[in-house]
Amino acid sequence: MSNTVVKIENISKQYRLGDVGSGSMRDDFKRFRYKLMGKDDPFARLGEENIRNKQSNSDYVWALKDINFELEKGEILGIVGNNGAGKSTLLKILSRTTGPTTGSIKMKGRIASLLEVGTGFHGELSGRENIYLNGSILGLRKYEITKKLDEIIEFAGVERYLDTPVKRYSSGMYIRLAFGVAAHLDSDILIVDEVLAVGDAEFQKKCLGKMKDASHKEGRTVLFVSHNLAAVNQLCTSGILLNNGTINSLGKTSVANIIDAYLKSSQPSICIVDRSDTAIHGNHFSLLRLSDNNGNFKSDFQFDQEINIHVKINLPDYNEYLELAIRIEDKNRVPVFTIHESLCKFYDENSFTSLIITIPKKFLTPGFYSMVVCINYPGVTNYDLLENILPFSLLDTGSEFSRYENLNYGSVFAQYSITKNDQ
Amino acid sequence: MQSTVEEWNIIIKPKNNLLDFKLKELHNYRDLLWLWVRREYVGAYKQTLLGPLWHFISPIFSTLIYMLLYGKIAKLSTDGVPMFLFYNAGIAIWNFFNGCFGSASGAFTNNAGIFGKVYFPRLIMPLASMITTLIKFFIQFSLFLLIYLYMIFFKGYQPIFSIWSLLYIPLSLFILAGIGFGFGIIVSSITTKYRDLTQLVGFGMQLLMFATPVIYGLSIVPPEIKQYLLFNPLVAPVESFKYALFGVGEFTLNLQLYSAVCMMIFLFIGLILFNNAEKNFMDSV
Repeated sequence: MSNTVVKIENISKQYRLGDVGSGSMRDDFKRFRYKLMGKDDPFARLGEENIRNKQSNSDYVWALKDINFELEKGEILGIVGNNGAGKSTLLKILSRTTGPTTGSIKMKGRIASLLEVGTGFHGELSGRENIYLNGSILGLRKYEITKKLDEIIEFAGVERYLDTPVKRYSSGMYIRLAFGVAAHLDSDILIVDEVLAVGDAEFQKKCLGKMKDASHKEGRTVLFVSHNLAAVNQLCTSGILLNNGTINSLGKTSVANIIDAYLKSSQPSICIVDRSDTAIHGNHFSLLRLSDNNGNFKSDFQFDQEINIHVKINLPDYNEYLELAIRIEDKNRVPVFTIHESLCKFYDENSFTSLIITIPKKFLTPGFYSMVVCINYPGVTNYDLLENILPFSLLDTGSEFSRYENLNYGSVFAQYSITKNDQ
Repeated sequence: MQSTVEEWNIIIKPKNNLLDFKLKELHNYRDLLWLWVRREYVGAYKQTLLGPLWHFISPIFSTLIYMLLYGKIAKLSTDGVPMFLFYNAGIAIWNFFNGCFGSASGAFTNNAGIFGKVYFPRLIMPLASMITTLIKFFIQFSLFLLIYLYMIFFKGYQPIFSIWSLLYIPLSLFILAGIGFGFGIIVSSITTKYRDLTQLVGFGMQLLMFATPVIYGLSIVPPEIKQYLLFNPLVAPVESFKYALFGVGEFTLNLQLYSAVCMMIFLFIGLILFNNAEKNFMDSV
């Protein structure tokens, strides 16, 4: 027998934009008239690709268009894509909270979908009652929950509060309880949204570990959607990249390929400050941009990639005291470090100086940065000063900090040593 | 461990089969049904001192107001039944119908939050609400019974009464629940996209109460009005409910049959519409 447990064929989903009102009523009537005459839906041919920031000509968009893939037993599939790429729509259809416009999905076995944890929790009910309630919403029978009860309680660590209404719980306890139920579903296919973004770090680890266990030991199939590339990287065995409602041409492939493709696709802004056509006299920057080591200009880097800052300076008013200063700032515009270099070393007669400054890999921690650049004559004047330019981001593709995603762990990876003190 | 069955057990398609009511799936989720009843019930009365006693208090006040308004001021006949009992029974049965209808008609809009996150048979929610309504009815009815017995033993009230006619009580409840539920899910299915009907239903329910012999007996209605009133399928179950308790009330077997047929039509249409709406209602709710 084949090991395919999920088969997705030609799934598309169309949404109507705008208000529900007389306009949508008119469309509904038209659709109904066509149906009576035995014709196809008149709006199924309409609609365009779902590109958020483009003004649309049609009231209809395709949030998903012709999605096809299959999943084997035991596979962990990561679904990545930009906001609005259709990830959530796909999850909703898979978890049956909304239907597709065309196509079909076939699945084998028992399915649990976690678009949210703690669905149906009621503040007035006790922890124990909520475990039963939540479990049964997710499709467990009562006796199955009873069998798992001790495990869930232990996982959540709420023994003492089991008969207290959950509204008295701390938010952490509440979430742990909700996760506890979710983590113990005995389903063959598990569909998980970004719920893992909440909960504390230790718990996240526990939960990711639990998911991995689930697929390795029990042959469970997992579909996982997340913005957390590190988690996708650690967890998934394969991936797909959604782009404006369609699957990227790579199709279903290894996680490494997908993350690579995602990072490439998510670079709409190649960071260039080009001032060649502005009439500036005196010493000034004429071109600034960022690239990786392969010479690709971009603004999103992986944390373990070197970042090259290309600086082109025009120095008609040269003197030997001129300095170049670059200050890197974090997302709150707090300075991280500053570079000062005397320009006399690099100056050549044709008055254009081109420099490359390389920030080593695994130096800055994942996050958003921008910079301030300046040509100055120390103690006398600033010739050219540009603030908050060349914004770039470092993506976490599996650093040691990846499991503390939402914590502020500073802006640099420290090079430290640690020894045992035996005295 | 591996199942040897080579068939897909879940197939997701753009449309539901309208006549496939998925009763087996509903049966699989029966635990959820009871847990949800408990959730609704407990949730409503936690942290109130009187708890379910509130089910007593509101009908008592309504009954007293009705006695004053319809009994003392309008002087409507109660067919010789003590005023308190007559109005109290009417309120209990009407609240039951109204509750069944109200919870079913809000099935999609009230539960949109949960429906948007997890799939389970959507019918569970209105069914659970109906059971909660039934529990409330029994509490209110027990108050009625207490006063009923008090009137019989201490005030010398003698209802005309036969054991067999008591069977009309569950029959009435069944038909009223069916009509309320069926009509309710029709409304809830239609209102997922266009909300206009909710406005109509709001005051329509109030008017419907006056078109049903709740605060009066059918016997006092003039024949030229009665012929129209009898189109209301609620007339027979409400009248037979009173007949079972007090031995007064007018209804015929044909009228009962008419109500039962109406109930089945409502339920059938309701289930079809509900089935059609549940697939994509999250997109428009």
